[in-house]
Amino acid sequence: MTTINHFSSGDTAWVLISAALVLFMTPGLALFYGGLVRSKNVLGIMMQCLFCIAVVSIIWAVFGFSLAFGHSIAGGILGNLSLGSMSSDHTKIPGFSHLTISPLAFGVFQMMFAVITAALIAGGGADRMKFVGFALLIVIWTVVVYVPIAHWVFSPQGWLARRGVLDFAGGTVVEINSGFSALGLAVVLGKRRGWPKEAMVPHSVPLAVVGAGILWFGWFGFNAGSAGAANSVAVHAFLNTQLAACAGVIGWLIIEKVTTSYATTVGAISGAVAGMVAITPCAGFISTLPSILVGLIAGLLCALAVRVKFKLGYDDSLDVLGVHGVGGLVGTIFVGLFATLAVNSSGADGLFSGGGVHLLSVQVLAALVTAIYAFGATALIAKLVDKTVGLRLSPDDESIGLDSSQHAEVAYSTGQSQGHL
Amino acid sequence: MKLVTAIIKPHKLDSVKEALETIGVRGMTIGQVEGFGRQRGHTEVYRGAEYTIDFVPKVRIEIVCGDAQSTQVVDTILESASTKSIGDGKVWVQSVDEVIRIRTNERGSDAIDLDGG
Repeated sequence: MTTINHFSSGDTAWVLISAALVLFMTPGLALFYGGLVRSKNVLGIMMQCLFCIAVVSIIWAVFGFSLAFGHSIAGGILGNLSLGSMSSDHTKIPGFSHLTISPLAFGVFQMMFAVITAALIAGGGADRMKFVGFALLIVIWTVVVYVPIAHWVFSPQGWLARRGVLDFAGGTVVEINSGFSALGLAVVLGKRRGWPKEAMVPHSVPLAVVGAGILWFGWFGFNAGSAGAANSVAVHAFLNTQLAACAGVIGWLIIEKVTTSYATTVGAISGAVAGMVAITPCAGFISTLPSILVGLIAGLLCALAVRVKFKLGYDDSLDVLGVHGVGGLVGTIFVGLFATLAVNSSGADGLFSGGGVHLLSVQVLAALVTAIYAFGATALIAKLVDKTVGLRLSPDDESIGLDSSQHAEVAYSTGQSQGHL
Repeated sequence: MKLVTAIIKPHKLDSVKEALETIGVRGMTIGQVEGFGRQRGHTEVYRGAEYTIDFVPKVRIEIVCGDAQSTQVVDTILESASTKSIGDGKVWVQSVDEVIRIRTNERGSDAIDLDGG
């Protein structure tokens, strides 16, 4: 049977390619996180990232996509099951009548966002989570935290979207959400044994650089793909992503050089990520020069924010809050300042574009609501999992490391045969 | 026969190797090791936090030579490995009962690749 559709082939192709780019970010994150942990935990955190791909994708297809993008129930709190299990390419997505692409292409693109957001929060609990506990946490978290927030902001019927909140590619849904979820996880888990007195330093900065490179590459799909079409907005988003990443590098290195007298490799890649985090909500709404500014400010602020944990004593091990939470807040607020209809006619004008304070006020609301909900709900889920199947590793297993204690594997061996079957 | 073991700064390995070759040493074994002495640790900076890393990277050199040449080997290492700063490392000498070349079963001084060793 031949099905004739009226989708734009160019737009659909771009969004499908973008979906693959966004998927690639999660293995990239595995390398980034893997390089930043100690060598006994590298496979453990990579497994957490890989497992997120597997389980979140399936949840998303079976009912997650519909709960996030289906017709709103209860005043925009959650979608219903009207979109089914991503089985039909003819089911219109509520509020997306302007889409020129296949609804399933949109759905699979959004699937990859849920995947990487889940994987990001693993960084808040690095080095000390049981694999089974983390697996259960992610299943519950995807349904209870990610899906509702995605509905509030990304679905035009969501209660925040209806108030005029603009989030181009996930400054709230992905970045603030992952940052504050990671904080909730870190607080419930408690500190790693020996932290902060004992130095827990990256075991392979080159691995982290490769991972950051993949994240950077994938982020073009993340942001430019969020235009939903291969159009002028996508091009703006693409360019803005590059400029914010570059400005983020410079901002972070300035803080490092001034405060520690060294500009570091880990600082450069962290700055790039901070810049891209901050441009995420803005990418298709603001113009070129403000994009450089938002990247720079995110680089400066995030470089300072990652030090707060030592003062306050929470072990957000891989700085998900400091980079994604703070960068997401910067970007979400920047939309309220610099958004302009000149870049995107379906956006709005922010404060500095003559649009008044309305947009800024709803952006602040969305940022606060996302932060509070993500932190509170994730902390509760983590507590629940810890009380049932267990989330925190035993002291011995933590000392042995995730690779050996959770997966019976070793990341680095001599490569020679040293035993027998 | 003697086993001369030296722990040196990694960046001095080239000059030590060249100096030993100049006096006729034709074999050595090296390894990357970590440790601390009076120098204690060193500082590394990650995301703005300065960490003191207790173990410092060093290179260990091992050379088996004849009794007569061990003094010259030690002197050469002392001269070529020195930066006159703390952390330059140590050299020590131990007696060796027997040395055998696996390929030929040559024993003793025949198994050592040293001119006049």
